[in-house]
Amino acid sequence: MRILVPVKRVVDYAVKIRINPQRNGIETKNVKMSMNPFCEIATEEAVKLRESGVVKEIIAVSIGPKETVQTLHTALAMGADRAIHVETDVPTDLQLQPLAVSKILQKIVEREKPDMVIMGKQSIDSDSNQTGQLLAGLLDWPQATFASKVAVQADAKAVQVTREVDGGAQIIEVPVPCLISADLRLNTPRFATLPNIMKAKKKPTQTIKLADLGVDVAPRLKVLQVEDPPTRKAGSKVDSVEQLYDKLKNEAKVL
Amino acid sequence: TQSTWDFDMLRSALSRASSQQARRVGASRDASTLVYIDHDGKNVLPATRSAITAAAQLGGDITALVAGSGATDVVAAAGKLPGVTRVLFANGDAFNGQLPEAIAPVIEQAQKQFKFSHIFAPASAAGKNVLPRVAAKLDVAMFSEIVGIQSEDTFVRNVYAGNAIQTVKSKDPVKVATVRGTAFQKCAIEGGSGKAENIAGGASTSSEFVKQELVKSERPALEAASIVVCGGRALKSKENFDILFKLADTMKGAVGATRAAVDAGYATNDMQIGQTGKIIAPTLYVGFGVSGAIQHLAGMKDSKVIVVVNKDPDAPFFQVADYGIVGDLFKVVPEMQAALEKK
Repeated sequence: MRILVPVKRVVDYAVKIRINPQRNGIETKNVKMSMNPFCEIATEEAVKLRESGVVKEIIAVSIGPKETVQTLHTALAMGADRAIHVETDVPTDLQLQPLAVSKILQKIVEREKPDMVIMGKQSIDSDSNQTGQLLAGLLDWPQATFASKVAVQADAKAVQVTREVDGGAQIIEVPVPCLISADLRLNTPRFATLPNIMKAKKKPTQTIKLADLGVDVAPRLKVLQVEDPPTRKAGSKVDSVEQLYDKLKNEAKVL
Repeated sequence: TQSTWDFDMLRSALSRASSQQARRVGASRDASTLVYIDHDGKNVLPATRSAITAAAQLGGDITALVAGSGATDVVAAAGKLPGVTRVLFANGDAFNGQLPEAIAPVIEQAQKQFKFSHIFAPASAAGKNVLPRVAAKLDVAMFSEIVGIQSEDTFVRNVYAGNAIQTVKSKDPVKVATVRGTAFQKCAIEGGSGKAENIAGGASTSSEFVKQELVKSERPALEAASIVVCGGRALKSKENFDILFKLADTMKGAVGATRAAVDAGYATNDMQIGQTGKIIAPTLYVGFGVSGAIQHLAGMKDSKVIVVVNKDPDAPFFQVADYGIVGDLFKVVPEMQAALEKK
């Protein structure tokens, strides 16, 4: 089996973001960037599947500026075999939008012919939770989103996926080729060991210029403005449960 | 006094910002909205009623779409939702589990037939799963989890875990959007008179729904409860969560959990509140042993009143609390339990 793992370089989850001076995006200059946490989980799942014997090749792909190779390097260090970098300077958080990304990935799928695409369910910058579903729609592949467990059948022709849904879990079975989007509890991603980080440097990375793919990536959603959320008025500390009860009942009037 | 006036002004401003009533935006006779009905086989699920309210803000007709096997109760309930003038019913076993491979073609066909200006779905697990696939088939952009409607082509949504709010405009011929349940008031359950119409669809797909394992609970659903009690990893065990369930029952509320508590196995995944879990905006949220990570805040910061109980006086969560108690939750919870039982 060949697995394609799209991964995204995003502002690190712990960074306190700032809106840019033009008020139409987020300041990303000199800000710590990392692999999107859900993409780490997707990469880990592909590597685990390879360790269980079902998978022969893992290809990581990422779209972004030249620094994106660092993110691909992380995927290679975790266990991907080779990487594809689609190079572009279009801001990937809010300007290169899910529909465009899914069309780029569709081209990569057509080239690389994977049996499975495993990707994160959402990126923590745009919080769209769309790209996997869009790609599955474009490819007309079955989609198994919000996966918390993936079990490839013995003949490698189908996959049973447990999905996290609002009331608990849903189990579906989908044939290969299919798209899976990883949810939080699918696995705990490994830290790349130093030997693997060194080995990753020797793994092949191919760079493709976005323009060469012939995809229309113009943003369909025009960002008119980006603003801070409303701030809450500072609250107060209370000394006792009695005092809290009194405030909740008589001041806030919520009891 | 001045400070009381400020508090009331702030509360009503937050109330307006976080939960919109049905009001006309740019009432357009041309608007015609399809609303995907999320259901459990018998009932219209609550978040769908927020999507209906959002659709009502656009003006124009509202068509409900129900896909399910024998879901006639859902069809009847959908037809009664205010503003609904038509219910399209796709009946078939292929829709068990609300498989998007079966449902997306039905919506695509409905769009070809009726040429809606807008297609909405609640931002529930089902809506988020199905609607983007529809957007791909229609080759249009989708707005994820809108929290506001400025005009028929301009919507508001959160990015970066709710740390920034973007206003986005689409020129696509049909606007596709999932609607955040906490941002729009749930419409009434009566008032509409939508006529049911069968719509073709339900050809079996290669995907197969095997089963679902839903957590059974008598308590109010987390997304709809007006009081939510939330526990963090400080609860230390699944058994300890019982004190929160007991407290919630006394308050007639629901119980949520942080990601850390769910990952540790102290709570089930349906209880997780956060950026990638459930988004809630209850009247009262009480967090016990929750430090207040950005990702958790993203899921509950629109709560009207936030109470934080934490042993650590420097816990970041106190910064967003309306009321905070520095203390051991294992002492505070029983005290609260006793105080509530006494009154």
